Amino acid sequence: MSAPLLRLDEVTLSRGGRRLVTGLSLALGAGEAAVLTGPNGVGKSSLIRLVAGLLRAEAGAVERTGAALADDQLALDARLRLGAALAFWARLSGREPAAGLAAMGIDHLADVPVRMLSTGQRKRAALARVVASDAPLWLLDEPANGLDTEGRGRLAALMAAHLAGGGAILAATHQPLGLERAREVALG
Amino acid sequence: MIALVARELRLAWAGGAAVLPLVFFLLVATLFPFAVGPDGPLLARTGGGALWMAALLSALLPVDRLVAPDRAAGVLDQLALHGVSEEAVAVAKLAGHWLSFGPPLMLAALPAAALLKLPADVLARLEIGLALGTPGLAGLTVAVAALTASLRRSGALAGLLLLPLAVPLLIFGAGLVERGNAQGAPQLLAAVSLLFVAGAPFVAGAAIRAGRE
Repeated sequence: MSAPLLRLDEVTLSRGGRRLVTGLSLALGAGEAAVLTGPNGVGKSSLIRLVAGLLRAEAGAVERTGAALADDQLALDARLRLGAALAFWARLSGREPAAGLAAMGIDHLADVPVRMLSTGQRKRAALARVVASDAPLWLLDEPANGLDTEGRGRLAALMAAHLAGGGAILAATHQPLGLERAREVALG
Repeated sequence: MIALVARELRLAWAGGAAVLPLVFFLLVATLFPFAVGPDGPLLARTGGGALWMAALLSALLPVDRLVAPDRAAGVLDQLALHGVSEEAVAVAKLAGHWLSFGPPLMLAALPAAALLKLPADVLARLEIGLALGTPGLAGLTVAVAALTASLRRSGALAGLLLLPLAVPLLIFGAGLVERGNAQGAPQLLAAVSLLFVAGAPFVAGAAIRAGRE
């Protein structure tokens, strides 16, 4: 078996003096997915940020390949049109932005300024950036929040395609994502 | 890197934010004669230093829009995930900030010098000083902006942090205006400016990383 795309080795994570995760080990290979579950404030988002490399573990090691993150921060310039704002990130990963827009069903919004988008459309835009990146590991923090039934269907199809293409997914969620055969990691 | 600098420039000019420091600079140049009176020789003698003060304060104006909005919107996090180091982000911000306020400030110094009746040779020394000193000023501003990005209502604190550090730039800049090349003012100004430009990306990069905790 090839090297895993993500490996957590006895990871311990504390935030603000509170121990959130103790000695968590997890490995995701190509085509594998894991879903983090647990009550609010248990550390799902913090663990996603830790895997993304934005937080440091108190103990243990995190190894991963290139990752794309979709969390509740949009990170698109509010004044720009959506197409141009996504193109900035696509160019950084050396990819075409149009693919992500079409995949999330928002290609008709490409000329709309980012600040005019609704909550669901923003979520779709954040996911479109993940789709448009060529990262093998997707880190999704509550990816289905704010999405309608059609959007959740698209998300499930995209995640299935990503796994079939040899990618891996780590998601934190409260609702079913339609990820079959995903490992469930219960925190707290 | 070019895309990052282009983005900084676009943000600077969006909504006319880059015009504010220029207007402020010219406003100070307009108000100064009202304060000290219409005495030509006195204005010519003190005007250079006054314009350096104005440049210093106008560089400080955009300090709250340089790093904090990008931090709040998650742009800094996404850049890290796209493999751009925090230091590279800071270099891009420094370059973008300088391009949006350094050269325009040097242009604005022309009408400002006319308002203060500065002689041509004093104006030339002021322009040389601004060309040497504004990159260092931009470096200081970016570093302070990154240090205060995670604090709310940090504008006054940013001023308290930045202005004392800018004292060497002010001394050598104003010294260059007053005494010309004697006593090595341009060399010292360039050296201080270079120090700030070289050090700012590391300070700002570390501050951005620390701000995530």
